[in-house]
Amino acid sequence: MAPPATPADLGPPPAGGERGHRHSVDAAGLGRLRAGAFTAPALALIAVFLVFPALWVLYLGLTDYRLTGVAAAEPRIVGLDNFLAALANPRFWGSTWLTVQFVAGSAVAGQAVLGFAIAWLLRDRRGPLRRIVEGLVILAWILPSAVVAFLWVALLDPSDGTLNAVLGLTDVAWLIDHPMLSIIVFNVWRGTAFSMLLYAAALESVPPSHLESARLAGASSRRQLRDVVFPHIRGHVLTNLLLISLWTFNDFTPFMLTAGGPDGRSEVLAVHVYIEAVRNGSLGYGAAISTIILLINLVVAVCYLRLLRSRR
Amino acid sequence: MTRFALGRIGFATLIAVLLAFFTLPLLWLASAPLTSDPTYKVAAPDLTWENFRTILEHPYALPSLYNSLVLSAGTALLVVLLAALAAYALSRVRLPGRDALLYVLLLLSSIITGTAAMVPLFQLAVDLRLIDSRLGLILILSGGLLPAAIFMLKDFMDSTPESYEESARVFGASPLQIVRHVVVPLVRPGLATIAVWAVANVWGNFLMPFLLLRDVEKQPAAVIMYTLYTEGGQADLRLLSTFGLLYSVPVVLMYLIVSRKYGFRFHGGIKR
Repeated sequence: MAPPATPADLGPPPAGGERGHRHSVDAAGLGRLRAGAFTAPALALIAVFLVFPALWVLYLGLTDYRLTGVAAAEPRIVGLDNFLAALANPRFWGSTWLTVQFVAGSAVAGQAVLGFAIAWLLRDRRGPLRRIVEGLVILAWILPSAVVAFLWVALLDPSDGTLNAVLGLTDVAWLIDHPMLSIIVFNVWRGTAFSMLLYAAALESVPPSHLESARLAGASSRRQLRDVVFPHIRGHVLTNLLLISLWTFNDFTPFMLTAGGPDGRSEVLAVHVYIEAVRNGSLGYGAAISTIILLINLVVAVCYLRLLRSRR
Repeated sequence: MTRFALGRIGFATLIAVLLAFFTLPLLWLASAPLTSDPTYKVAAPDLTWENFRTILEHPYALPSLYNSLVLSAGTALLVVLLAALAAYALSRVRLPGRDALLYVLLLLSSIITGTAAMVPLFQLAVDLRLIDSRLGLILILSGGLLPAAIFMLKDFMDSTPESYEESARVFGASPLQIVRHVVVPLVRPGLATIAVWAVANVWGNFLMPFLLLRDVEKQPAAVIMYTLYTEGGQADLRLLSTFGLLYSVPVVLMYLIVSRKYGFRFHGGIKR
């Protein structure tokens, strides 16, 4: 047996029974040195192109960096000015409130509820009906966002759009008259597939015998859901809510439908950052908002990982 | 019995509403490309192929699909290669701090989103004159996908038996030979899943190329599609519908192949 301190790839292969000594010997005789070399390129790429930008945003948020002009050439450190400016900016608070509506409306109330409803309705079915419904929901999820955004522009068109034709309305310009409602319903349509798939998998983990005995005892559907199903899938529900909230919070697709307009009435934070930093050139201010987004993401992600750990 | 009938009717109504909700927005994509002079109205197509000819003549339409292909294939290749090496090493060797590393990787990949990182990436690209660099974009996209890819592949490698590698070693194969001839064939389905996942991600990605590629000739289909319907007066619906369809077909095909071959099983956060 090789002593634990020696890298395994230098020593001779052990005679067998190495399973108890995985600290020193691995199946392919890779050893720590080579293992490190295998891991290094990926870690280097992650460090340079993912971690560094995240750290850089913390620095940028403390400067008065602008895209053009004097502050572009010689940015100054301005401390927390950008954050104070954001907190004093009614547009930032308006944008935050729209984001809350977007996440609560389209992710929590929309995708999660609809996704669960579909999974529940189709739980006992195996035939073509289930395949068709699931296929359509998944299709809305996998098509490129630029395509579905335009499909919704076409659907919501005031004069020729399908929605007005179906509802018998004329000249309701949905994207202009009801921009938030439009992007909320759009995002429900776009993202329900994830929740549906997750809940479908979750419902299969509910023992049929429990449901059966509840049914025999005369429990209504609502009671079955509350007393039998929900306790089994509580972890899935929490996972689902955290993930879809995180994704919806960071979703940039509303930009492709309304570009934040009209007049900032659908400017969720993701779009707010883009407009302030890239279009108006206030990189420092945009970075401060990004920092806030990053912190919110961090809180949600830590909750999610805690949950995953506690379930293992 | 009436309760049963009511239940059936309720079920049928719900399903019909669901089907309508999910089908209505898609109808236009199915009808307009085959209609000679499409409007936003959904109408029975007169089955013309003329619109596909306009696509061929458009200066940026087909090239942008090629650009999308270059970006997706480049990113997928890089992600699969680097993630496979890292995941294998992390799965088989107990490197110091491995669990902490994996935890941090998973955390990073979920918090550093395009939205959170767009400002620094844009600023760095402007300062370092990397705007319009396709390689730069591929590296950025890979950096974003790698943590999740490593995580998923490590799970996959953990579930493959080590006995093949052990016996290959007994016969004197070197570690690199073992990885190439024993491990890669064993985990091929996992590698394919990651490749498809990476391609689908990059193929649909709008924000990063929109930020970092200004040259129309380098822009992928996502950006061209957006430009076509937002810029310059009346949108050309023949072009938009047909282009949208062509741009969508590859993802749908990929989905069908994957779900037929491996079953569309649930891998946690397989998307985004």
